[in-house]
Amino acid sequence: MQLSVPIQGPSSGPSRLTLALRYLRRNKSLLVGLGLLAFLLIFSIGGSLLIDTSTRAYPLAAPSVQPPSAEYPLGTDKDGRDLLAVMARGILLTGTVGIIAGSVGIVVGVVLGFLAGYYGGKVDSVIRWVTEVLITIPPLILQIIIASTIVDKNKVTIFTMAGVASILSWMGTARVVRSQVLTMRERTFVSMAKLSGMSNLEIIFKELMPNMLPYLAASFVGAVMGAIGATFGLEVLGLGPAREPTIGMTIRWAQFHSAIFNQWWWWVLWPSLALIAIFASLSLINRGLDEIANPRVRRSE
Amino acid sequence: MTSLNGAGQIALEVNNLQVTYYTDSGRVKAVDGVDLTLKAGERLGLVGESGCGKSTLALALMRMIKPPGRIEAGSAIIHTDMGSIDLLKLNEEEIRQARLSKISYIPQGAMNSLNPVMRVGKQMIDAMRSHIPRASERELTERAEQALESVELKRSVFRMYPHELSGGMKQRVCIAIGILLSPKVIIADEPTSALDVVVQRQVMETICRVQEKIHAAVILIGHDMGLMAQITNRVAVMYAGKLVEVSTVREMFTDPLHPYAQALIRSLPNLDNKGIFQGIPGLAPSLLRLPSGCVFHPRCEHAMEICKSAPPPKSVTPAGRFVSCHLYDEQGNRAHVTGHKQKPVASP
Amino acid sequence: MKIGYLVRRFLFLVFVVWTAATVLFFIPRLSRVNPIRERFAEIQRSTGYAPRDLENIIKAFETKFGLDKPLIEQYLDYMGSVLRGDLGVSLMRYPRTVVDLIGQALPWTVILLTVTTLLTFLIGTGIGALAGWPRSPSWVKGMVTPLMVLAAVPGYLLGLLLIYFIAFRAKLLPLSGAYTTGRFLGPELSIEFILDVARHAILPALSLILTSVGFWALGMRGMGVTVQGEDYVNFAEHKGLKQGRIFYWYYVRNAILPQVTALALAFGSIVSAGILVENLYGFPGIGSLLNAAILANDFFVIYGIGMITIVAVGVSMMIIDLTYPLLDPRIRYDRK
Repeated sequence: MQLSVPIQGPSSGPSRLTLALRYLRRNKSLLVGLGLLAFLLIFSIGGSLLIDTSTRAYPLAAPSVQPPSAEYPLGTDKDGRDLLAVMARGILLTGTVGIIAGSVGIVVGVVLGFLAGYYGGKVDSVIRWVTEVLITIPPLILQIIIASTIVDKNKVTIFTMAGVASILSWMGTARVVRSQVLTMRERTFVSMAKLSGMSNLEIIFKELMPNMLPYLAASFVGAVMGAIGATFGLEVLGLGPAREPTIGMTIRWAQFHSAIFNQWWWWVLWPSLALIAIFASLSLINRGLDEIANPRVRRSE
Repeated sequence: MTSLNGAGQIALEVNNLQVTYYTDSGRVKAVDGVDLTLKAGERLGLVGESGCGKSTLALALMRMIKPPGRIEAGSAIIHTDMGSIDLLKLNEEEIRQARLSKISYIPQGAMNSLNPVMRVGKQMIDAMRSHIPRASERELTERAEQALESVELKRSVFRMYPHELSGGMKQRVCIAIGILLSPKVIIADEPTSALDVVVQRQVMETICRVQEKIHAAVILIGHDMGLMAQITNRVAVMYAGKLVEVSTVREMFTDPLHPYAQALIRSLPNLDNKGIFQGIPGLAPSLLRLPSGCVFHPRCEHAMEICKSAPPPKSVTPAGRFVSCHLYDEQGNRAHVTGHKQKPVASP
Repeated sequence: MKIGYLVRRFLFLVFVVWTAATVLFFIPRLSRVNPIRERFAEIQRSTGYAPRDLENIIKAFETKFGLDKPLIEQYLDYMGSVLRGDLGVSLMRYPRTVVDLIGQALPWTVILLTVTTLLTFLIGTGIGALAGWPRSPSWVKGMVTPLMVLAAVPGYLLGLLLIYFIAFRAKLLPLSGAYTTGRFLGPELSIEFILDVARHAILPALSLILTSVGFWALGMRGMGVTVQGEDYVNFAEHKGLKQGRIFYWYYVRNAILPQVTALALAFGSIVSAGILVENLYGFPGIGSLLNAAILANDFFVIYGIGMITIVAVGVSMMIIDLTYPLLDPRIRYDRK
């Protein structure tokens, strides 16, 4: 398997940026995904800067159930939240949960994957076994049990959500890293590094890590998606942070107040679009990264 | 094994075959104007450096060139008792029927050429069934088991899965499949390259035996000149998509005509120059940027001025040898004696 | 098939279930949440009823459920009852048992999810196989991308959309439930009833199918691209086989192997896969039961659902392991 990492390599010839841009033109999924992500970030960060989301995204900041108007471009909900502020803040909050859980997942996954792949033996058997068992159990059900039992429903914050999502966010990474380390361990550059007296840690960080970047990036994105998906599920079921205007909670409240049967379409539409945009952008980025890691898939198109 | 047994009728006639690959970096003439004639029962060795177009030639005859490759021109006529057909003019359904029944292919990667989830017998019957749809199961089974026996495998292999066979056995199964419908021409593309030396010999002998039995012409692709010398009747040397010489084995090894063939033969280890390997100076050219004139001239020790500009003629000697080189005139006599000991042109 | 292998495989299943049961035993005891107290708090929130001697009531309940015994004794009791198939009583519908409630909800979920899982597998794998096949027309190859975009939409959201447009605005299909409660008193075995259920199941099924076909298509296409380049597919063409035969017996038959594993896993997660969508449509399956249990703080029902989910996964994994060698002759029972 060949890795064609566009961003790496000596910067002779065209600059890295030009190379990256040139590559993006060929990798359409990555381009569209990153574009969508940039749009979401600009919208939510810009929105948070321009309007006071810390009050307007919370109840009683506006008149109840107003359709979109000049004053409230996206309308308001039944509890008097300005949906424009809710969207700006919600995307950031939901993103934060995803990124925290994704980061925890990637760190734990990388460490366990490396341990399993590099040292092998009993360490490998135990880690692999736990990973395989956990990966087969539907995550939502475990998270529901954990969230409903350990956490006091009325004190849930976005950090609680991130914590619950983190618990099951590392298995994919661990599995990918393990198999990559196993194949790379046998390659010449690792034995060369060993012969030249590098320590295991040095080998891991200097030789193995750079080769795994596209895989790591892809599994990070995967973990973020998994976390956002799990959080959404918990929120819809009423196990989310009741006080925070995350995307999932907004949909939960809209559904709770039968927004669609009351024809308050704006209340459902915006958070739905936001969630779809988040997922679409992440899954396109993931596909794009996959193309970098496995150029073979590309050829069929 | 070098006698030209039963040669007579012409089995395959290839004329001016041209295959081009349209790649991102330009057009590549992988096979460029190849002419070749094979007699029934004859074994022709096709040699050349990797990337010279041997396998492309084989795939073109099977009509298995896939985009971005294209067969641009030429004909490949198979003569049978029931008349002649031009493989390159058949439509898709006709070529499908011609495969295996008129011309069959024994693949290079026999290790992986059998469907891992299907029993060997089923794969053989599959192959026959697609050409003779009305045959009875019993008849086909019998035929498959006979074919297995003829390649020195037990009949019980019929009921086995590929993973239960050794590499040599898998290759034999592929040979058995190749002869199931007694084709006129068999193309064997480095059929033994993945096997160890002892098994290689046995498998080669098996190919020869079954080929003699069904009196088919064989094109044996490879780069092991030693093996070629023992197995084939004639040897064709290919360089950068073109045939440069076709001679009988004896002539090729004792008196090669083309400078490239000479260099190839010289590079073989033999009793006289034990251990002293003589390579061919320079690298095989990239098919993307071929030298002008004769494609071999930058590496040729006899290169002349004309070689840089004009492509060499295709000559046939009175003895029936083919050579394409400016050293020879249209009749294959040595020409241009003057100035032929020129310094080799430095390769780029 | 070797008996020893069967036994080992079964012991593994028992081990998985035992681990799951143990974890489910300890999770609530690790937390400070007291299920009975939570339940009463919930009752108080929803009805305003607050018993005066709450502490005594809680004590009495704890004695009844054995929560005041030493931990090890509780654990043994618990394991004993799990072995007997007793998952405790429901707090929200006391004195009905957890097994009883799950038994009532499970058939709905199993029927809905079996049909959708199979359809999704067939459609997705079919499209993926065609998309990875070099001779397919380009519009077929292009189908994977819109399906992937659709796969980015959570089934719950698509469900909302379908409810609004198809059920609410166009009134083509019922809004919710599993059958028309006015027409039937309860489930019955008649053609009218089955048709009625089918009508109710169309939207939930569509929400689930459309949002997951993409994953199957993508997986199959990935494998297909690999297999299509294999020597045996090539050789099959050299043998002069018809395209259709190569496509099915040489290409699909090999590329589908990982999909079958995924299918078995999908069947394993059948119990939980539809939770959100069932909820949305008020479909009386496990999802709705779970939602009700979460709202009512009925922890025993939540754990019971967790338990059968894990058992389902364990059983389906055992089934994959036992049947996979039939699909792929290279895998033997005695290995591993």
